[in-house]
Amino acid sequence: MPTLISDQRISRRGRATPELIFGDLWEFDPAPETADPRLQSRYDLFIDGKFVAPKTGRYFDSINPANEQKLAEIALAGDSDVAAAYRAAQRAFETTWGRMPGRERAKYLYRIARLLQDRAREFAVAETLDGGKPIKESRDFDVPMTAAHFFYHAGWADKLEYVAPGRRVAPLGLVGQVIPWNFPLLMLAWKVAPALAMGNCVVLKPAETTSITCLKFATILQDAGLPPGVVNFVTGAGETGAAVMAHPLAAKVAFTGSTEVGKAIMRSLAGTERKMTLELGGKAANIVFDDAPLDQAVEGIVNGIFFNQGHVCCAGSRLLVQESVADRVLAKLKRRIQVLRVGDPIDKNTDIGAINSRAQLRKIQQLVASGVKEGAELYQPSCSLPTKGFYFRPTLFSGVTMSHRIAREEIFGPVLSVLTFRTVDEAIERANNTAYGLSAGVWTDKGSRILKMSTALKAGVVWANTYNKFDPTSPFGGYKESGFGREGGRQGLLDYARLV
Amino acid sequence: MDTDGHEPMTRLPITKTPKPYVGGAFIRSESGRTYPLADARGNFFAHIPQCTRKDLRNAVEAAAKAGPGWARRTAYNRGQILYRLGEMLEARRLEMIDTLVRFGVAAGAAAREVDAATDRLVYYAGWADKYEQVLGNTNPVASPHFNFTVTEPMGVIGVIAPDAPSLLGLISLVAPIIVSGNTVVALASERTPYPAVLLGEMLATSDLPGGVVNVLTGFRKELLPTFATHAHLRGLSAVATPEERKALRLGAAESVKRVHFSELTGAAWFRDEAESLYAVRDFLEFKTTWHPIGA
Repeated sequence: MPTLISDQRISRRGRATPELIFGDLWEFDPAPETADPRLQSRYDLFIDGKFVAPKTGRYFDSINPANEQKLAEIALAGDSDVAAAYRAAQRAFETTWGRMPGRERAKYLYRIARLLQDRAREFAVAETLDGGKPIKESRDFDVPMTAAHFFYHAGWADKLEYVAPGRRVAPLGLVGQVIPWNFPLLMLAWKVAPALAMGNCVVLKPAETTSITCLKFATILQDAGLPPGVVNFVTGAGETGAAVMAHPLAAKVAFTGSTEVGKAIMRSLAGTERKMTLELGGKAANIVFDDAPLDQAVEGIVNGIFFNQGHVCCAGSRLLVQESVADRVLAKLKRRIQVLRVGDPIDKNTDIGAINSRAQLRKIQQLVASGVKEGAELYQPSCSLPTKGFYFRPTLFSGVTMSHRIAREEIFGPVLSVLTFRTVDEAIERANNTAYGLSAGVWTDKGSRILKMSTALKAGVVWANTYNKFDPTSPFGGYKESGFGREGGRQGLLDYARLV
Repeated sequence: MDTDGHEPMTRLPITKTPKPYVGGAFIRSESGRTYPLADARGNFFAHIPQCTRKDLRNAVEAAAKAGPGWARRTAYNRGQILYRLGEMLEARRLEMIDTLVRFGVAAGAAAREVDAATDRLVYYAGWADKYEQVLGNTNPVASPHFNFTVTEPMGVIGVIAPDAPSLLGLISLVAPIIVSGNTVVALASERTPYPAVLLGEMLATSDLPGGVVNVLTGFRKELLPTFATHAHLRGLSAVATPEERKALRLGAAESVKRVHFSELTGAAWFRDEAESLYAVRDFLEFKTTWHPIGA
């Protein structure tokens, strides 16, 4: 049925104006992105500049979460494969990369950025097929931002004397890196680009559900002529990741993922002096004051929680809205959510794509069930979902209290918990009342309040009157149990160096 | 012989009861436990409070309470207070040297240690209103936003001081932590705790707000596990054995605590390498704020 909802809005002339909610009034024609992702049916490990079969002899399937169809099979790296990757990295560090002048290292990184830009459409499609994120995001955000990270860090490689004033810096040597499935290419760039700029060599494991673009990226490294062994990709699940973290040749490990796994890594490396940076979970507060530009705020709230299906560690998953405007904000939010288009990620009109995996979908379903059970009020638009694949409606919980699981645990899905506050101090207290401290948002028209909030919020990134903005020059990382170290900017670069 | 025919007595000196400095007050351990401390010649010196996990928790509470106020002080003010602490140490230089000598440090080395400790306070005092200018920056993001990265103190930090140099080691660990607005709960050297007790008396007269630096005495074996696991300690700065390091890191994992171990030993504590902007940086968080540029 077409829907035409009349709002009680009064126009300047005092007449009620109907508001059009197009919803399914007109069907959008399908608008799939058609670029060829150039997928192979099988992907091997990338070690020492070559694709090699895993010594385990085993492969696992990688599926498209949008329709559960198999995309390719991915090599399963065992301990000896990981060891081979480290040996290759060690050789590269000793013979090529570690001896190369920064000016020359820079040129490789520039090349990599350029080659990725050339193949941007192909990579965007592959990223969307592999991970389920809307094509408009992989096209406009993930891939260009990945290239930007390499371009930014390239320029650092021959300017390292400016990274740590008063001290000289040197590479650490070999770095083991494990990245998550929410931004597969971008997380690779966040990890690899600064490591290489500083002169380190890398063994990286992508997430098991999103290995394809990582292995496609290896072909860019080959085309760029990057010396063999400088970057090695080993694929697999948790066991492979543990082997990458635990290998004795790693001078540093860098991990992005859950706080639970981060703590396990800290424990497993407790007897060593290995350097470590961890970018872990979050439960960000997005705080809306009564003087905020509410329409902009609503856009920011929607972007904050539904960007990438909410698979974002810094997602604004706790909306703290000042009591006096709570009803208005909630009404606007509900209207806005109704017109979000949930569906095939490859369609250019899609706002919310597929949940990355069945396991993640189950976790979201469980936490949402707990929200209902604990008494929060659930709202979901009545949009239809594809019959195959993993999808979840954008979800809003109102009447949430701080003791609810949905207000404390990271859901990592398109689920927003709405809480209210009365005073500035209460907003600060509630926002900081979490073991996490990755990010926060503040919406207000008052500059001095922004600065007060920004100072008081225990979070590594604060977005004022905006949300989910990223840039290679802008350090990202958490306080408290959201991990330590920064990625991006001068501060992030220093985490890949030792001071001499 | 005095007027009523007695031998003149030498005056019996008043001995001091050593007390840890916690929350701006001089305390005894809640446990009532002490351990006897002998000086370098083996003579009984005093009973040292054997602080407990409970004392440590109380100290963390005091440090957490003092934290926001200390962090809100202007950088200029924090610098002056650290400098003032240097003044206090300089003024009681001879007493501190005598104390170190009494516990086995050679006279020349004791003087060098006290002077180096004083100079170290002055060094870090100077950083108070400068480190932000060196470590923070604006970021030229590729969008219409004003984006800047500033530092913030982490909160309450645990310090495990070395046995030697007991004073210089303690001050070298504490000063770079508090200069940025962190507060500290420190465990003094178990073997030579008295210089730290004396330092506590100087802390009390240096305009440093109570609770910013808290100095406990006691046994490492008893207290290190709680230093490792206490969730309100956001970081640890320690001199520790390999076994202790492993235990501290294991415990720290539970609250994703930042842990830094000092590799300094012996003469290295006296050299320039023992003082660094990057020791301040170790206990800072970087916060990046985005703000749209528009009308």
